[in-house]
Amino acid sequence: MASLKELRNRIASVQATQKITRAMQMVAASKLRRAQEAAEAARPYADRMGAVLGNLAAGITDPQGAPKLLAGTGSEQSHLLIVATAERGLCGGFNSSIARLARADAYRLMAEGKDVKILCVGRKGYDVLKRNFTKELLPMISYQGMKKIGYEQAQEVATQVLGDFENGGFDICKLYYSRFQNVLTQVPTALQIIPAHIEAVEGPDLAGAAYDYEPEEAEILDALLPRNIAIQILRALLENAASEQGARMSAMDNATRNAGEMIDALSITYNRSRQAQITKELIEIISGAEAL
Amino acid sequence: MANKLQFDLVSPESLVLSAQVDSVSVPGLEGDFGVLPNHSPVMSIIRPGVLVVENDGVVSQYHLDGGFVDVTPEGVTVLAETILTEAQAAERGTSEDA
Repeated sequence: MASLKELRNRIASVQATQKITRAMQMVAASKLRRAQEAAEAARPYADRMGAVLGNLAAGITDPQGAPKLLAGTGSEQSHLLIVATAERGLCGGFNSSIARLARADAYRLMAEGKDVKILCVGRKGYDVLKRNFTKELLPMISYQGMKKIGYEQAQEVATQVLGDFENGGFDICKLYYSRFQNVLTQVPTALQIIPAHIEAVEGPDLAGAAYDYEPEEAEILDALLPRNIAIQILRALLENAASEQGARMSAMDNATRNAGEMIDALSITYNRSRQAQITKELIEIISGAEAL
Repeated sequence: MANKLQFDLVSPESLVLSAQVDSVSVPGLEGDFGVLPNHSPVMSIIRPGVLVVENDGVVSQYHLDGGFVDVTPEGVTVLAETILTEAQAAERGTSEDA
C-alpha cells in the first residue's frame, strides 16, 4: 500500500492535470464557435460556385474539348492525395482517423499498381504518415501558429497543386479532410477535386432567354475551374478547423471526467489508509497502557 | 418592389452584401456594363476594378481584384476573392504610400 504522502502527491498531480484539460476544453469550445462561423460563412460562395459550374458543365457537350480539370487527363495512373490535418494533437482520434482513411486508400491504389503521391497540409498528418510512406510523401505544408486560415492559404495550396497538374505530375487528385457534422461527430471524408466532380443542378429560370457569355463559355470555365479547386481546399481547411476544435473539446471533456473519477477513487483510498493508520496507533497506545 | 434587383456580393470568407438595389455597374473583362432590373442573363469574368452599386440615390463602391458575375432575371451574384469597401481601399492605399 502506497504511503499517505505518495497518495497525497498523486491526488495533487491528477488535480493539476484536470485543471489543464478543463482549460483546454473551454478554449476549444470558444475556438469552435469561431471556426464554425468561418465554415458557415464560406458556404454561400462554394454553393454559388458549384451552381454556376454545374450550369456551365451541363452546356458542354463535347468531352474532347472540355478542360482537363473537368474531364480528366484520360489516364488514371498517378494519384495525388492531399491530406489535411491539424497542427496539434490532443484532439482524440481526429488526426489519426483522417490519416487512416488516406493510408488505406494509398495502399489500395499502390496494390493496383498506381503511382501515389501524398501532400500533407498540417503537421500531424505528416507525422503519422511518414511512418508508412517515405518516397511518396511530398514536403508538407504547415500553417503552424497561424491564427486564422483564410483564402490566401487555400490559394497557396491550390497553386502548388495546379502547377503540378499542369506539368503532368498526376491524373487524379483527392482531398482528405474531416467533415464537421456536429460537436460530437466528425466524419473523415475523401473528396475528388481533379477531375472536378460536378453535380448536375437545375439551372435558374431564365424566362426563355439564353445566357450571354462574356468572354466565351470555355474561357469562363477555364478561369473558374482553378478557382473552384482553391475554394474546395478552403472549405476543407475550414471544416477541418471546426472538426479539430470539436474533437478536442469532446476529448478534453472525457479527460476531465476521467481525472475526476480518478481523484474520487484516490481520495477514498487515501481516507481509508489514514483512518487505518489512526486506528493502528490507538490500538498500540491502548495495548501499551494495558500492559503496564 | 418590381423595379429593384437582388444583388449578392460574395467572398470566399463571407457574404459581404445581400440586398435589393436599383442598379449595379460591373467591371467586366471585355468592358464595364451596367445591370438594371430584368437584365438578360449574362455570365462574365470580372477584371480588377471598381464595382458600383446604386440604391435610392446612395452610391457605394467596392474594389475587386477580379472574380465572376452571374446575372439572371432574378438578380446579380458577384463572386470575388478580395472585396474591399471604399474605406478599406483608401486605408490600404495610404498605408502603402506611407
